[in-house]
Amino acid sequence: MLPARPRHVALVAVGGAVGAVARVALAEARPLSPGELPVVTLLENLTGAFLLAVLLTVLGRRSVADSTVRLLVGTGVLGSFTTYSTHSVELVVLLEVGARWLAGGYLAVTLVGGLLAAAAGMSLGRRLTPQAAGARSADPGGDP
Amino acid sequence: MSWLAIAAAGALGAVARFLISQTAMQRLGTRLPWGTVLVNVSGALAAGVVTGLVTEALLPAALGRVVAGGFLGAYTTFSTAMVETLQLRERAGSAAAIAHLLAESLAALAAAGLGWWLVVGVA
Repeated sequence: MLPARPRHVALVAVGGAVGAVARVALAEARPLSPGELPVVTLLENLTGAFLLAVLLTVLGRRSVADSTVRLLVGTGVLGSFTTYSTHSVELVVLLEVGARWLAGGYLAVTLVGGLLAAAAGMSLGRRLTPQAAGARSADPGGDP
Repeated sequence: MSWLAIAAAGALGAVARFLISQTAMQRLGTRLPWGTVLVNVSGALAAGVVTGLVTEALLPAALGRVVAGGFLGAYTTFSTAMVETLQLRERAGSAAAIAHLLAESLAALAAAGLGWWLVVGVA
């Protein structure tokens, strides 16, 4: 029933463990005070979005996609290092203590910053693999 | 020992996300990244419940840390959601990408709020 092969699952599991431990360790190195901007989650999410965009752009431009690195580092480490649930709960807690403007600002900075970080990562990824630029008809970065 | 629990929970969360995303891709297609939306919204709901349970002292904080921080943190993902939003923009345009981003984000927020309220409102 499950389409994934055991080796793929193992790669995602190992990467996922590493990403989760890194994320929680950073969060606990700088505990959040009530009503404060969740800086650690924000920085983790923006960093992870940037790095994943770099990785997937570089891998996507190679003739043979390296599924080992994609699953271990992309789906595993970076997927697990970043989080949507913690971000959402932090928003709920900010709203709960009445910090509406801070919550709105946190949401906006996360989404806009996340898109900009991922776009910057794609841009860097393209620059890291210039030899593939002319080789593909469907260039993800080119104009339509 | 507790870091081992975080690592194990993170591994399980990432694998659950991976399997759900693959299944969603096969069953629902790749026009929209349904798998990521599904894990992010369901994970936010569960994280709201767990955080509410810890707040109400119905769940030990150490267990909440493993479930919410380890498992659900790894089960949900922000990086993939951002990359998928940019990919959607290339396929369907900026309006579709922004609508997708806002819908996913507000659905996750509403789910986390619902989960929290279901526990704290009732307790």
